[in-house]
Amino acid sequence: MSTIVPAAVEGATPYAMQSPWRRIVSDFLANPLAVFGLALLALIVAAALLAPVISPQNPYDLAQLDVTHGKLPPGAKAPGGGTFWLGTDDQGRDMLSAIFYGLRISLMVGAVSTILALCIGLAAGVTAAYFGGRIETLVMRIVEIQLSFPAILIALILIAVLGQGTGKVIAALVTIQWAYYARTVRSAALVEKRKEYMEAARCLALSPARIVFRHLLPNCLPPMIVVATVQLAAAIALEATLSFLGLGLPITEPSLGLLIANGYQYLLSGKYWISFFPGVALLLTIVSINLVADQLRDVLNPRLQR
Amino acid sequence: MLVYVIRRSMQSMVVLFVMSLLVFVGVYAIGNPIDILINPQADQMDRERAIAALGLDQPLWQQYFVFVKGALTGDLVRSVVHATSALDLILERMPATMELAIAAMLIAVVFGLPLGLWAGLKPDGIAGRSIMAGSILGFSLPTFWVGLMLIMVFSVMLGWLPSNGRGPTTLLFGLIPVSFLSWEGLRHLVMPATNLALFKLALLIRLTRAGTRESLLQNYVKFARAKGLRNSRIIGVHVLRNIMIPIVTVIGLEFGSVIAFATVTESVFAWPGMGKLLIDSINLLDRPVIVSYLLVIVTIFILINLAVDVLYSALDPRVRLTDARG
Amino acid sequence: MSEAILIVAGLRTHFYTRAGVVKAVDDVSFSVERGQVLGLVGESGSGKSMTGHSLMGLIDPPGRIVAGTITLDGRDLPALSAEEQRQLRGNRIAMIFQDPMMTLNPLLRIDVQMIEAILAHDDVSRATARARVREALVKVGIASPDERLTAYPHQFSGGMRQRVAIAIALLNNPDLIVCDQPTTALDVTVQGQILYQMQKLTRETGTALIWITHDLSVIAGLADRVCVMYAGRIVEEGSCEDVLARPMHPYTQGLLDSVPANNERGTRLKQIPGMTPSLLGLPPGCPFRERCAYTTRECEQTPQMRAIGGSGQAVRCFHPLIPLY
Repeated sequence: MSTIVPAAVEGATPYAMQSPWRRIVSDFLANPLAVFGLALLALIVAAALLAPVISPQNPYDLAQLDVTHGKLPPGAKAPGGGTFWLGTDDQGRDMLSAIFYGLRISLMVGAVSTILALCIGLAAGVTAAYFGGRIETLVMRIVEIQLSFPAILIALILIAVLGQGTGKVIAALVTIQWAYYARTVRSAALVEKRKEYMEAARCLALSPARIVFRHLLPNCLPPMIVVATVQLAAAIALEATLSFLGLGLPITEPSLGLLIANGYQYLLSGKYWISFFPGVALLLTIVSINLVADQLRDVLNPRLQR
Repeated sequence: MLVYVIRRSMQSMVVLFVMSLLVFVGVYAIGNPIDILINPQADQMDRERAIAALGLDQPLWQQYFVFVKGALTGDLVRSVVHATSALDLILERMPATMELAIAAMLIAVVFGLPLGLWAGLKPDGIAGRSIMAGSILGFSLPTFWVGLMLIMVFSVMLGWLPSNGRGPTTLLFGLIPVSFLSWEGLRHLVMPATNLALFKLALLIRLTRAGTRESLLQNYVKFARAKGLRNSRIIGVHVLRNIMIPIVTVIGLEFGSVIAFATVTESVFAWPGMGKLLIDSINLLDRPVIVSYLLVIVTIFILINLAVDVLYSALDPRVRLTDARG
Repeated sequence: MSEAILIVAGLRTHFYTRAGVVKAVDDVSFSVERGQVLGLVGESGSGKSMTGHSLMGLIDPPGRIVAGTITLDGRDLPALSAEEQRQLRGNRIAMIFQDPMMTLNPLLRIDVQMIEAILAHDDVSRATARARVREALVKVGIASPDERLTAYPHQFSGGMRQRVAIAIALLNNPDLIVCDQPTTALDVTVQGQILYQMQKLTRETGTALIWITHDLSVIAGLADRVCVMYAGRIVEEGSCEDVLARPMHPYTQGLLDSVPANNERGTRLKQIPGMTPSLLGLPPGCPFRERCAYTTRECEQTPQMRAIGGSGQAVRCFHPLIPLY
C-alpha cells in the first residue's frame, strides 16, 4: 500500500497551516522585546520563589540585624565579610535580601487577587452572557458603574470602610478587578453565542455546563489571558501604592511598597538607596509583565493577524 | 442641541440620585452611622443631640431626606478632626487639586498627541518604536515612586525645584487661589503635575497611535490621497478630525481619574489638595470627611460625563439629536 | 488611430508579507487611448484592483511596485518624486472607489471635501473653487447643489455619495479616471443611471476610463476594449465585441458562461470549477491549468501573450478556443 505525500509536507510547513498554539508561540518569539520581558519575568519570579535560599541574610531575623550598620550605602562591607551590594536600611537590614522577600509578598498578593478576581469575573460574565435577561442587566450595570470610577478611588474607599490588613487589601484588589474580567468574558461569550456551532451544540441538547465549559470558555480564553496579564501588573502596582500610602499591607508584611515608604524619610538627606532599589525591582516587575501583555495582545488578537 | 443637553442633564440627575442612595445605604444601613458620622470621643449628651440632628431616630426614608438636605446645604456632617463642616473642608482644598489635575492633563495632551501621531504615522521607524517603548515604561512606572525619584533628582541632588507644598498662591478672578500665576508657584507646580501626567501621557500616546493607524487604513484617507491632497492636509484635517472624537472622550473621562490619582501625588509632594485630605482622613479615621469626599467626587464624575457627552455630539455630526441614545 | 494617454508596460506589484511574497500584479501591460473606456475584468483576487491602485501610486507597504513603467501622457509615474506624483493624482489621473459609504470623510462637509480637491492643485480663490464645485455637482446630476454642499455624507444616499465621488474625480478635468468597481455596492437602477452618466461625461470631456469590475454585463455596454485578468496577469485582451463574442481563453469563456443571462432557462447555471489560486508561492506555468478543461503537459510551461489576426485580440494560452490563424 502506498501513501501519497502531499507536496506541502515536504517543504517547511506553510505559515497558515501551523497549529494555532504553535503559531502563537512563534509569533510571540518574533518580538525580541517581548522575549526579553518574559525572561526578565522568569528571573524575577525565580528570585521571589528562592528568596530564602539566595538572600545573603534573613532580613526579618532580628538576631541578624545590627542597627549600627544602618543606612550604609551600596557596596559597603558587611561585618560577616560579605558586602551590602544595595546598602542597608535604617535597621541595618541588607536591602538586596529585603527586596527578594518583598518581591515574594508583592507577587503573592498580586497573583492571589488576580486569580480570585479571574474566577469571580469569569463566573459572573458567563452567567450574564448565558442567561441574559435581568441577570445580565444587573451584572453589567454593576460592572459599568464600577468601571466608570478609577481603581485607586474604589480601593481607598474600600480600605476606609473595611480597615487595613493583608486579607482586606486582597479583597479590595479583587473587588476592583473582577469587573474587567466579567466585561471581557461577556463580550467574548456574546460573540461566540451568535456563532453557528453554539446553535448546533444547543440543538444536540448538550447540557448547559457542557456548552459553557467545552465551547464557551475555550473561546473566551485568549482575551482573558491578555486581561489577566495586564491586571496582574495593575494589581501589583496598586498594592504598592496603597502600602506606600500606609493604607495597604501591615508592617509585618513588608512588600516593595512598604520598603519604598520606609526609605521616603531618608530620601531628602540623600540616602536614596533605601527607596530607590525596591522601586527599581517594582518597576522591572511591572515592565516585564506589561511587555509580555503587550505582545500577547498583538499575538492573540485575530484582527491584527496578517 | 439644547434639548439634548437638558435631557442628558436629567439623566445625570438620576445617576446622582442613585449614587446618593448607594452612599446613604452604605453609611446608614450597612455601617453604623453613629460610628461613622459622630466623633467617638463625644459624650452621651452629644451623641443624643447628634442623633436627633441627623434624624437617626426617624424612619429610614425620612433619614434619607435629612441626608440629602444636609448634603445640598453643605452642612452634611462635621469633621471629627477639624471640627468644621466636612464639605467646606473639601471645597476649600478643591482648587489646589483642580489646578494640579488640569496642569497634568495639559502636559499629557501637549506631549501625548504629537508623539502618538508620530508613532502612528511611522510605526516601524526608530522614533515610533522608541515612543511606544517609552509609553510602556510610562504605564509601568509606579506614580508614587516616580514622584520620589523626581524629588531625589530635582530637589535633593540638583536643588532646582522645591520638594513640597504649593508655594505662594495668587487669586484668579479674585476668587480662586492658584499657584501658576507666580514664578515661585509655578516652580512648585511643575514637578507634581509632571508626575501626575506620566500615566495619562502614556495612555494618550497609545490611544493617538492606535487611532491614527486605524484611520490611515480607512477608505476616506485613500480617497483623500487619490484626490492628490498634501500629506499635511490629510493628516491635519482628515485623520486628526477622526481621531479627535475618541481622544476628547478619553481626555474627559480620564480627567476624573486624574483627580482620583492626585491623592497619591498630593501625598508624595505634600500638595494641600483634597486628595491628601482624603488620605489623612483615612489614616485618622475621620469618616465624615471620607463620606463627603465620596459625594463630591461622584458629583464631579457625573459633571465630567455630562460635559463629555455634550462635546461628543458637537464633534460628530453623525450623532443626531433625534437618535442620541440615553 | 488616436494617441495613447496611458501606456503600462511590464508592471509588477508585489506584497512582502510574513508568509511570503504575493505577486498581486505580475507583468501586466496595456494601453488606453484618449477618451477610450478600458474594461479590466476578473474575479476578486485577480489583481485588477491592485493594478488600479498601482496606477494611482496608492500601494501601501508591505506592497510596492517592483518593475515596469506607467507612462501617463509621456511621463513615467513610478519614476517621479512623491511630490510630482501627488500633483498628478486627482489632477491628471483620478480614481473612484467601490464603497461610497466609506470614501467620503464622515466628519467633513461635502463642500470642504470638494473644495480641497481643487485647492490642492490650482491656486484659485475659494469662491472660484466653490463655483467649479457647483458646476461639477450639476454635471453629475445633483439637483440644488447649494443645499447639498453644506450637508454631511451621512445625510446622502449611497448613489448620491457615489455621484459626489464622481464629481470630485471630474473636478480637475483629468485625462484618465480609474473606476474601481464603483457601481457594485449600489442598487441596479442607480447603477444604470451612473453608468449612463459616466458614458456621457467621458464623451463630452474626452476623459479616458479604466473600469475595473467582475461584472461582464457592465463591460458589455460601456467598454471599448477589455483586459481579462487572472492571478495577477492579463490572460486575454481585445476589443469589447471580439472578447465577448469570440472569447479565446478558457477562463474568459468560463466567465461568460457564468453570467446568468447567457444560460438557458431551467438548466443549471454553469460555473468555473475550483477556486482562484492563492497568489502566495504560485508555481510556474499557466495558473488556470488546475481549473481548465483543456489542460495538457504543455500548460506547466508559462504561456506568453500571443496576438491573433489583425483585430488586436491577444491571448495567454497554449490552447486558445479558436485556433490561431
